[in-house]
Amino acid sequence: MNDTTSEVAEFADTDMQKSDTRGRVAQGVLFVILTAAVLVAPFFLYPVFVMQLLCFALFALAFNLLIGFTGLLSFGHAAFFGGAAYFAGHMIKVWGFPPLLGILLAAMAAGVLGLVIGSLAIRRQGIYFAMITLALAQIVYFFALQLPFTGGENGLQGIPRGRLLGVIDLNDPLAMYYFVAAIFMAGFLIIYRIIHSPFGQVLQAVRENEPRALSLGYNVDRFKLIAFVMSATLAGLAGATKALVFQFASLTDAHWQMSGEVILMTLLGGMGTIFGPIVGAVTIVTLQHELSSIGSWVQVVIGAIFVVAVLLFRRGIIGELARVLRLPSL
Amino acid sequence: MLKLILAQAMLGLNNGVFYAMLSLGLAVIFGLLNVVNFAHGALYMTGAFLALILYSYLGVWIGIEDLHINFWAALIIVPILIGALGILIERTMLRWLYRFDPIYSLLLTFGITLVLQGLFVNFFSASGTPYPGQPESLRGVVDLGFMIFPKYRLFAIGFSIVICLAVWFIIERTRIGAMLRAGTENPDLVKAFGINVPLMVTLTFGFGTGLAGLAGVLAAPIYSVGPLMGADLIIIIFAVVVIGGMGSIMGAVVSGFALGLVEGITKVFYAPAANTVIFFLMVVVLLVRPAGLFGRQS
Amino acid sequence: MSATAQPTPLLKITDLNAWYGESHVLHGIDLELGEGQLITLLGRNGSGRTTTLRAIMGMVDRRTGSISIRGEEFISKPAHRIAPLGGIGYCPEERGIFASLNVEENLLLPPTVGKDGMSLDEIYEMFPNLKEVRKRMGTLLSGGEQQMLAIARILRTGARLLLLDEITEGLAPVIVKALGDAISRLKKSGYTIVLVEQNFRFAAPRADRHYVIEHGKVVDRIEAAEVDAKMDRLNHYLSV
Repeated sequence: MNDTTSEVAEFADTDMQKSDTRGRVAQGVLFVILTAAVLVAPFFLYPVFVMQLLCFALFALAFNLLIGFTGLLSFGHAAFFGGAAYFAGHMIKVWGFPPLLGILLAAMAAGVLGLVIGSLAIRRQGIYFAMITLALAQIVYFFALQLPFTGGENGLQGIPRGRLLGVIDLNDPLAMYYFVAAIFMAGFLIIYRIIHSPFGQVLQAVRENEPRALSLGYNVDRFKLIAFVMSATLAGLAGATKALVFQFASLTDAHWQMSGEVILMTLLGGMGTIFGPIVGAVTIVTLQHELSSIGSWVQVVIGAIFVVAVLLFRRGIIGELARVLRLPSL
Repeated sequence: MLKLILAQAMLGLNNGVFYAMLSLGLAVIFGLLNVVNFAHGALYMTGAFLALILYSYLGVWIGIEDLHINFWAALIIVPILIGALGILIERTMLRWLYRFDPIYSLLLTFGITLVLQGLFVNFFSASGTPYPGQPESLRGVVDLGFMIFPKYRLFAIGFSIVICLAVWFIIERTRIGAMLRAGTENPDLVKAFGINVPLMVTLTFGFGTGLAGLAGVLAAPIYSVGPLMGADLIIIIFAVVVIGGMGSIMGAVVSGFALGLVEGITKVFYAPAANTVIFFLMVVVLLVRPAGLFGRQS
Repeated sequence: MSATAQPTPLLKITDLNAWYGESHVLHGIDLELGEGQLITLLGRNGSGRTTTLRAIMGMVDRRTGSISIRGEEFISKPAHRIAPLGGIGYCPEERGIFASLNVEENLLLPPTVGKDGMSLDEIYEMFPNLKEVRKRMGTLLSGGEQQMLAIARILRTGARLLLLDEITEGLAPVIVKALGDAISRLKKSGYTIVLVEQNFRFAAPRADRHYVIEHGKVVDRIEAAEVDAKMDRLNHYLSV
């Protein structure tokens, strides 16, 4: 794929390409802050809550790979997030797989699901793509509701955390925390790597100008599909990890409202930014946590944030920050 | 067996009423505005609630205990109110997004859906409230030979067919419809001819959402009125319009009724698949004819 | 008679600039024509002739400068008010026939903008072919029929100022001739016409004046009387 880089660079987002030194420094600073925060967070906050943040942040990062860097709006990502939770839960609880293997296999299963849904959805573009992913994800939701081994309305409960590599007892909160933190950081770095690879440059070229990418001879559909599968796999990684954290795979994680929430997290943080999805996920999850006392008003608040973000704030928090600081990309 | 199939087909047709009316409104809006209105299901739900409120609550709220605004009045008042709500949404929010990618208007209407659902969950039971205002004249049952069928449901099927035909007639056979069709094809040119397209857009959105409100009133006596009644329905509607072909009015109506039938008949043969059969059909259509059954191949 | 001595021109455009999104397409168009005159906009493809007409009709994203019609300023009027207030009929490039409307619906679509529009009967008398196909869908017509329809459609509205974009493009010579006769007749009966035309031989005998547009600006203005003398220059402008 290396020989294509120069051609792509020609028309890929030039801001992205020539990200000046200031931009790199800023990214470096944010990365150090992120790493430090992830390392020390469990000493200041309730570890399960931080783990929840990390799982949703990874979910949003995976989603952003698709909307932010490929320009495809999937309205069905809950299928991968929630689906992988069920896969992992079943493998670990019923088949007795060790936790890491269960999570990785569940992520791969989500990737296969992504291959199926993705290859159908990329047959249509734009708004249709969104509607089709939504409808296909609904099939996954009904499977989660109706299949004999999913626990129906109650979800799949009592998933044992087990021992990592047979040694580390994950029932210890801190051990579990750093396991999740490691998965999150690995996911973040993988996504960062993808975005900055020649493959990622082609994806952005597709987003910027699909006909042009086509005319340069790229098999646009294949690039889209690969991006979709990667995004689904990583979303599955996040969902499987969440299932292990809460020892529970729930129907909520597979519902379309979850697909909507991950869109909101990404939009609010900044689509197409590197750190935005993390900021968006932290904001939304914290908000839901803090507002849980007002019951279903939370949904009204979330909906209202959605409306405001779409109308007035399409660049998102990090996108606006980058604009104010005149930085190319954060 | 045949009796059972016919019976389920009738029940399926009954669901098809709502698939058809909702996808019709969605298609009309999409045609002119290029907006996929995610809030369509929530507005349908709001319509059902308004019918319930007019009958059961309004009198209590304003201190006239005996006031029950009946079904027939609701059938007229509610679509107007929901249409007005749609116009408000279009004028204050949607209109600012036409310049951007249509996914933003999908996301906006998704946010509106959450707000509407959240509000009704707060004020009413999430599990649903029965609508007591079913008109006297439509109570009771009719013997269809192969089954006993509630009179009201028969009325709902007939009424919605009339509405769908009327909408089809307006769009395909009148001057207003010609303006709408022309605006769908080339809004800039229609504007240049001196037709107030922005106004037409607003009214079309109001009309489409009004249809959703009408469907809501019609649904109130059949299903129990609950905040989530539109939530899963809207996704089925999306599948219906993907199958029918988004641009086509007739496609939306025919697919709506037909898919209701298919869903009903599936219940006879393998009940658990009834929830998903429409989505699987969508997959088949995508594989065979990506533009939809009635859509123009692009 | 000197065309420049018109007291108040029917249409007078000064320093018209126009944008599509971020791209600046017109860079200061100046032109004018009096009641009953016919002018042409000449130039190569992409020079800005079509955009000039679209800018007059408000079909660009942004426009500045001045467009005065019968002394009234139109630059800030919303697009859907321009045709009715200016009494304008616009025939877009590629004709703009609506595929989902039949011939008669296409004909009746534009609202009337002036008093003396032709009736359907008069239209069918002028273009007898259209009557035969009046229930046929717009795009099932031949190119010539579509062009007739596009012109008939604006004549019915009572517009007195016609903006016609490339009406002869892609049509057989016999139809081009028929169109030429129609334009001559219209001019004789007092219509004011702006013609964007590639086919100079079609335009020349009927025009009072020619404007040459390059890169979104008027680079030359040639009166009908000067055409012969300036033929070399014109050829230079129009050669590809």
